Amino acid sequence: MKRLMNIEPSPALRGFLTLLPFILALFAYSIASEARLAENPHDKLLPSFTQIVDAVDRYAFTENKRTGEYLLWQDTGASLYRIGLGITISAIIGLFIGLCNGLLPIVRSGLSPFITIISLIPPMAILPILFITFGLDELAKVMLIIIGTAPVIIRDMQSQVMQLPKEQLIKAQTLGASTWLVTLRVVLPQIMPRLLASVRLTLGAAWLFLIAAEAIAAQEGLGYRIFLVRRYMSMDVIFPYVIWITTLAFAMDFSLRKISEVCFPWYHQGAK
Amino acid sequence: MNKLKLLLVLAALFTSQQSFAAETKDKFSVCWSIYVGWMPWDYGDSSGIIKKWADKYDIEIDVVQFNDYIESINQYTAGQFDACTMTNMDALTIPAASFVDSTALIVGDYSNGNDGIVLKDKKTLKDIKGQQVNLVELSVSHYFLARALESVGMTERDIKVVNTSDADIVAAYSSKDVTAVVTWNPALSEITPQPSATEVYDSSKTPGEILDLMVANTETLKANPNFGKALVGAWYEIMEKMQVDSKIRTEMAVASGTDLAGYDAQLATTKMFYTPKDAVTFTADKQLAKTMEYVAKFSFKHGLLGESAPDFGFIGIETPAGIVGDKNNVQLRFDTSYMQMALDGKL
Repeated sequence: MKRLMNIEPSPALRGFLTLLPFILALFAYSIASEARLAENPHDKLLPSFTQIVDAVDRYAFTENKRTGEYLLWQDTGASLYRIGLGITISAIIGLFIGLCNGLLPIVRSGLSPFITIISLIPPMAILPILFITFGLDELAKVMLIIIGTAPVIIRDMQSQVMQLPKEQLIKAQTLGASTWLVTLRVVLPQIMPRLLASVRLTLGAAWLFLIAAEAIAAQEGLGYRIFLVRRYMSMDVIFPYVIWITTLAFAMDFSLRKISEVCFPWYHQGAK
Repeated sequence: MNKLKLLLVLAALFTSQQSFAAETKDKFSVCWSIYVGWMPWDYGDSSGIIKKWADKYDIEIDVVQFNDYIESINQYTAGQFDACTMTNMDALTIPAASFVDSTALIVGDYSNGNDGIVLKDKKTLKDIKGQQVNLVELSVSHYFLARALESVGMTERDIKVVNTSDADIVAAYSSKDVTAVVTWNPALSEITPQPSATEVYDSSKTPGEILDLMVANTETLKANPNFGKALVGAWYEIMEKMQVDSKIRTEMAVASGTDLAGYDAQLATTKMFYTPKDAVTFTADKQLAKTMEYVAKFSFKHGLLGESAPDFGFIGIETPAGIVGDKNNVQLRFDTSYMQMALDGKL
């Protein structure tokens, strides 16, 4: 008999098993929601699917009466702009400093311990300092994302550079490459896919900081809307927003992986 | 996401038995959050006064402190608590608008300067025109701002509101982008002493509009009048004691993170109803119905009564002087009967 660990599900079974937890969760939700709505038809904690669809229609496909805008898209635009800018800047900082730290001992001895300490400061604990330094506008929100994610990327990049085989670096040097050339031709091509991987991993943290920043002070944004309607417990709005955020996060992760696979196929060969 | 949902569902399933249940029971839970007018609940819990009154009526009352005010109301609305402290506006827009029939069991105080509008480097309320105003959107502060603007012939169109978390509003004021804030104590008293700050309007100019209540689930209360009696009895015993004993007030001060002087300063801008007589007189007055109408209109205008609400009277509010809004859909009741019992010494 085959051991349990050697049983591979057929493609159909695998698809079913993938969907099963989602279906179960939806089913459990609808039961609980119906039970609560039977007690009180206006209960807001677990709205019915119709109520949720209504809310989606109101927020995504109907002009807001007061502003004449489509709230969900407006919020999405604002949030994506912030997280996109924040994570891009973080990646650039992370790549540059991480590379210098990894390759140049003289930079490393100066910066590495400092960055290690900085990366351990919980950004949420120093919010008042951030407000006073960066104000309360867009800059502060983007900065919170950068402060939360850049140190992690820097440290990751540094360790990735340091893990490159010494032999490669020495060989390049014996062939006459300068530090600059080694960076450009040996190190950079090898850590670019790792940078993408690192960004993918920090996306979760970036979203967390984005939502936190928007909860603190904002006029629009996905996090802003959630915290605003939370005041009157509109779960019919919060659920779609949460699902939408998850979808966006998934799409960002997925596209980064695809970019990496297309640009650096050699990096993904082992995984297949 | 799924896990979160599943957890929510499980939590809801788990609690759905007890929510909205109107049967008689002998275990109750009450939640409160830190605010000058609600600190007596903390003292009542720690000193055993609430337990004493609960024992008298042969019931048990569990008192739970929340650090997050809105979360406490949401939990009450979801049916996790039998009673909760909240303002009159939030009582209308959160539980009542969710059709959780709620009764203002105790009208504890009104803000009499505890809420204020502060401008940076400007001297009068009219200067607020065109500015960005940082406040907790859709909260009592927002309502209060709308009332203040009305008093100088402006509307919300003349300003721009920026939603700002109450915990961060003091730090926010220090940032150069922020030129106007609306907030309440203790944050207010941290902002006003700063040299750039002028408090251009405060709630003593619209007295009796921002009420701090102990709100109980109407069905639970109807089925268990002893629960109401015990809470009201305990409350007025605490009121009587705290007025004369600075030691008690010191305890409340420390529990709210300040000292006696700081707490007394907040009390000075809060009109406490120390006696049931004051509370009953205030609640029975015609003015309360008028106030609730303002609140309902504001809430309706901002969509807080639900998307299905056709007008401000969609949710009926019962006051001793009459019903505001739909008589067939009363979800918020100001009930003086329990406070009257305290007044008559019948508890």
